[in-house]
Amino acid sequence: MSGSTTNNPGPLRAGTPAWLRGLAGLTGFAVILEIVPRIGVVSPHYLPPFSEIMVALFRELMSATFWTAFADTMRAWALGLLISLVAGTVVGIVIGSSSLLRALTHSTIEFLRPIPSVALIPLAVLLFGTQLASTLILVVYAAFWQVLIQVLYGVQDVDPVARETARSYGLGTWAQVRYLIWPTMLPYLMTGVRLAAAVALILAITSEIAIDTEGLGREISQTESGGAVAIMYAYVIVTGIVGVVVNLGARALERRVLFWHPSMRLDAAGAAP
Amino acid sequence: MSLALSIARRGAIVIALPAVLIAVWWFTSSGSESFYFPPLATILQTFVDLWLSPQAVPNVVPSLLRFTIGYLAAAALGIALGIPVGASRDLRLTLEPVLEFLRAIPPPVLIPVLILFAGIGDEMKILVIVFGCVWPVLLNTVAGVRALDEVLENVVRSYRIGPVARLWHFVLPGASPQIFTGLRQSLSIGIILMVVSEMFAASNGIGFALVQYQRTFAIPEMWSGIILLGLIGIVLALIFRLVEAWLLAWYHGLRRTQRAN
Repeated sequence: MSGSTTNNPGPLRAGTPAWLRGLAGLTGFAVILEIVPRIGVVSPHYLPPFSEIMVALFRELMSATFWTAFADTMRAWALGLLISLVAGTVVGIVIGSSSLLRALTHSTIEFLRPIPSVALIPLAVLLFGTQLASTLILVVYAAFWQVLIQVLYGVQDVDPVARETARSYGLGTWAQVRYLIWPTMLPYLMTGVRLAAAVALILAITSEIAIDTEGLGREISQTESGGAVAIMYAYVIVTGIVGVVVNLGARALERRVLFWHPSMRLDAAGAAP
Repeated sequence: MSLALSIARRGAIVIALPAVLIAVWWFTSSGSESFYFPPLATILQTFVDLWLSPQAVPNVVPSLLRFTIGYLAAAALGIALGIPVGASRDLRLTLEPVLEFLRAIPPPVLIPVLILFAGIGDEMKILVIVFGCVWPVLLNTVAGVRALDEVLENVVRSYRIGPVARLWHFVLPGASPQIFTGLRQSLSIGIILMVVSEMFAASNGIGFALVQYQRTFAIPEMWSGIILLGLIGIVLALIFRLVEAWLLAWYHGLRRTQRAN
């Protein structure tokens, strides 16, 4: 990412490194969050100074409550993501391999996909109350489509010549999936993983806030109604950090899995457009 | 003749599976005694009574109004802030980590936070939608402005085209494919926030009605609400696609010719 701008090759390019600028930005953000409540622009009852939030955060990091909530959120996220990935990949390969199935299911997929998964909240509550399954319904419904759509694109992208070649050499169904469809599909699947990982986290936390299933989201709504504002912000910051780590992790995974792929090789050489 | 036949065939392929699925739902549920899964006929009747009558107005209109205001405000804000950040390398490098962090906060987390500031009224719900939807638009605008065509950029500079014309005829159209990617991501986030903010604390809205039905075990009403939200999601996605097809017609045309070569 750094130095990839080819615009304006001015004298500034040799200046401050990118990470230092970013750090300055983050520090500035923290300073603003410290000053704004101190000089009374915003009441400290609504937004405590940044230092108080940090103190609350470190105190929470010592507590078992925090780590239980953290583990609950991550478990729901990981399980939901895993189910969506397996289901989305399998269904995507089966549908994508047949043009008839693709045509038949297209309208249904386009119809079901935009249905907001939060619409299922009342049903989930009735069926499973505040158990993990409620969260999983929401997470899987939201993340599944992201994976499925990408896999469908990927399977469609298989080179026709390669497909004919595979057929001429008499590759069986399994061999075709393994050596033909899978490598073509993998970049698309990785995009799906990246999108699904972010969506799954949003829905896991949404479920904790709206349904009251256990996790970081529930701690946030409970500390808010309990008036422990600094702790609430501490949890908000944690969810943001978890979000950043999930995004970066998905991108790192993408690079690692696709190290052989032309798009990544170009990127590594710094020659990507 | 064969054209009519092929259209009929295509139409049949489009409606075949939905028809089968609805038929299966209809017949398996028709004699249903299950409390949670009432017959589809009952649900549809309830849907007509509840949502296709004047009594739907006090719940549906505020929801859609809050969504529209919040979403459009987020779009305007995201584009307006994204252009200067994308155009300046210094600004971008300084702000990118902060923006990435703010984007990574799961948006529903903002509901408890904004309840502190704005209470539980309309302002809070609109602000939640704005705060949740602005980041994808903002970050994609930044990326779009950053990736503007260099040759065109130099042409614009050589001809000394003024800042307003530059913005309107070069920067905005050039970044618009990326901006629409952000707007699309924001659309589903906005719908989530519309519903969830009403479930949390509200006196009207679709999300509010849905929770009331669920708490009072009004099951057919609850199902009808779920169907309504599904339809709203589909219609909004459709409107979005039409607007995008219209505004980005030149871009899709360009891509098609590039692929044909």
